[in-house]
Amino acid sequence: MFTPMLSIWLNVVVQGVLTGLLYGLMALGLSAIFGVVRLVNFAHGEFAVVAMYAAFVLFRAFGLDPLIAMVPIAAVFFVVGFALQRMLINSFVGRPDHEQFILLVGLAIVLVNAVLIVFGPDAQPANLPYAFDSYEVGPLIIDKVRVFAAVAALAVCAVLFGFFRFTSTGTAIRACADNLIGAAVVGLDVRRLYAVTFGIGLACVGAAGSLMVTIADAVPSLGPAYTLLAFTIVIIGGLGSMAGALVAGLLIGVSEALAGFLIAPSMKSMFSFALLVAVLVLRPQGLLGKKPA
Amino acid sequence: MRSDNHFRPSRRHVLGGAAAAGAMLAAPAVVRAQAKALKVAVVLPRSGLFAAAGQSCYRGAVVTPKVLADLGYSVELVHVDFESNVDVARTQTERAIAEGAQCVVGAFESGATLAMAQVCEQRQVPLIINIASVPQLTEQGYKYLVRNFLTNAQLVGNGLRLVKDLMAATSVPFKNAVFVHANDTFGTAQRAAMDRLFPAAEMPFPLLESIAYDPKAQDLAVEVTKIRALAPELVLVTTRSSDAIKLVRDMVRQRFEPKAIISPGSPGLYDEEFYQALGPLADFHLYNLPWANAKSPVTQALAAAYKTAHPTNRFEVDCFNAGFTFEAIMVGADAFKRAGTADGPTLMAAVKTTNIAEHVLTGGPIKFDEKGQNNNIQAAVVQNRNRTPTVVLPPDVAVAAPVLPMPPWQGRS
Repeated sequence: MFTPMLSIWLNVVVQGVLTGLLYGLMALGLSAIFGVVRLVNFAHGEFAVVAMYAAFVLFRAFGLDPLIAMVPIAAVFFVVGFALQRMLINSFVGRPDHEQFILLVGLAIVLVNAVLIVFGPDAQPANLPYAFDSYEVGPLIIDKVRVFAAVAALAVCAVLFGFFRFTSTGTAIRACADNLIGAAVVGLDVRRLYAVTFGIGLACVGAAGSLMVTIADAVPSLGPAYTLLAFTIVIIGGLGSMAGALVAGLLIGVSEALAGFLIAPSMKSMFSFALLVAVLVLRPQGLLGKKPA
Repeated sequence: MRSDNHFRPSRRHVLGGAAAAGAMLAAPAVVRAQAKALKVAVVLPRSGLFAAAGQSCYRGAVVTPKVLADLGYSVELVHVDFESNVDVARTQTERAIAEGAQCVVGAFESGATLAMAQVCEQRQVPLIINIASVPQLTEQGYKYLVRNFLTNAQLVGNGLRLVKDLMAATSVPFKNAVFVHANDTFGTAQRAAMDRLFPAAEMPFPLLESIAYDPKAQDLAVEVTKIRALAPELVLVTTRSSDAIKLVRDMVRQRFEPKAIISPGSPGLYDEEFYQALGPLADFHLYNLPWANAKSPVTQALAAAYKTAHPTNRFEVDCFNAGFTFEAIMVGADAFKRAGTADGPTLMAAVKTTNIAEHVLTGGPIKFDEKGQNNNIQAAVVQNRNRTPTVVLPPDVAVAAPVLPMPPWQGRS
């Protein structure tokens, strides 16, 4: 039924989809924060790297699988995000973009250097016991770690979408995102909601970082690359659109995999940026973003 | 208005001042030249992307002064970590020389070594390359550089010849091959050598494709899928340890099993990090490289000192990196002993006339041609067996017979 080449193609696409789901989860936090707080978290990738190291330490010290460690790490990141927003970032909301940029880039530098001091610059592989396993489904051979990570990413996304749709806090946050003044007029505590949103954003990146350590070694230098990747995804998907972030994550995952297969693996990241340029030219608001009023 | 009391420097004052200033500026060089021990800056990537290999070289360097002292040489080492970063290599070499280093050894990575070569050339300080293979190093006319290591062309040429020997020794033919390489300085130079030498080598199988990958990629799944699509029986690789791990890991995950994975002269497959990360899956990979000559008394002395200093590390694994680093320092120490001075030009002239018969790695005496290249280094075929590098060819130095094709991934205990 499947020719060998067709099954190879299918494998490439499936790999891209699974990686893309992780990318999407990572960008989701950035999108949520921008959509509500109107602030771009330039330390996003660095937080992901901190989460990778946290998952690595929990696995090495206590044997806690990153798929389980993801829950406490996301919880801690939520608290950190909430506190960070209340104590530091809140005073920068509404201030000029360059001031916010400098603050968050400074925070990113502090995080990367803290990780460097504690763990050094070397790559730290988690070496999970099932790291070499794969599933064979018809013509497909799929990495077990990638399947687990993608399923966990989907579960986190579902929880997040459910939270924003079905809880009163989620609805209030969406109200803030849609009409900040209106939300304040009806008596919503905007500052607290900002802090909750920032916490949720960091919880997402905490979960994504924990899952990332299952497929990639933890290295401090990954931080800026992840920030750039998340930023690219969010722009392609549409700034502030969480569904857009997920769709763009998938798109980038698949396009990188196909480009790597068809053209040259060493040039695959070039296609993310080609996609970014194309979206900026053809649909500046992003794939699922709203046109500015 | 001018005052008559104002001090007006005469020509004699100016000349005297200039002479004093010149003496002060020259003093460090004079002190350096008259030193009793040669001060060597050993510049290595002890952290970052190439940390595993850099640390391996470093372990060889730290035991070197003692071994050399027993052989009648005197060296003082300054250890420098360039963090696998070319710019850091350049600035740290500048700094080491400014702080009195009379000779520089390094740097395992070709890009960093090229940057250091420019600094050493400007400062007239000998650079003795332990490991770095790009041809430019000895083709650009540097006067203060020698390389006691193979060029890319030598690595690949020897590698291809030894693949033929391997096929003859095992009677296992390959129908086709794919070449996979990192797209860094070393990897692209290996690719250029492969493109040039493969057709000339008249190999009995075609090279289907050369696939470049980003050594900083978080995984090599797409690359392995691409290899799998070509279905080669032989995968020739140019890797570093971290990406060699990713490559094999993704091959196992995708259940792709070639007859052999052979490095025609690159690191990655013999690093302790590789063995620890992959366990039994690290076995049976082959690499064509110069290896420690166990019959040499210098090798035996280095191995003994190494085992005492690093009881938790294995000389059998480190001997390539540690051996070449030791030999590079030895070249400097030997030249210093013969020259009787650490003055740059004189020391470099002595380095160029090196002739060391007893040394660590396989091959003839360490000698340099007019370009500064040692052409007497001999490669062997080494195979991982029970997570230990084991020489399997040529027969005169082999300690085991090669295993080909490699056993399947599944079922390795």
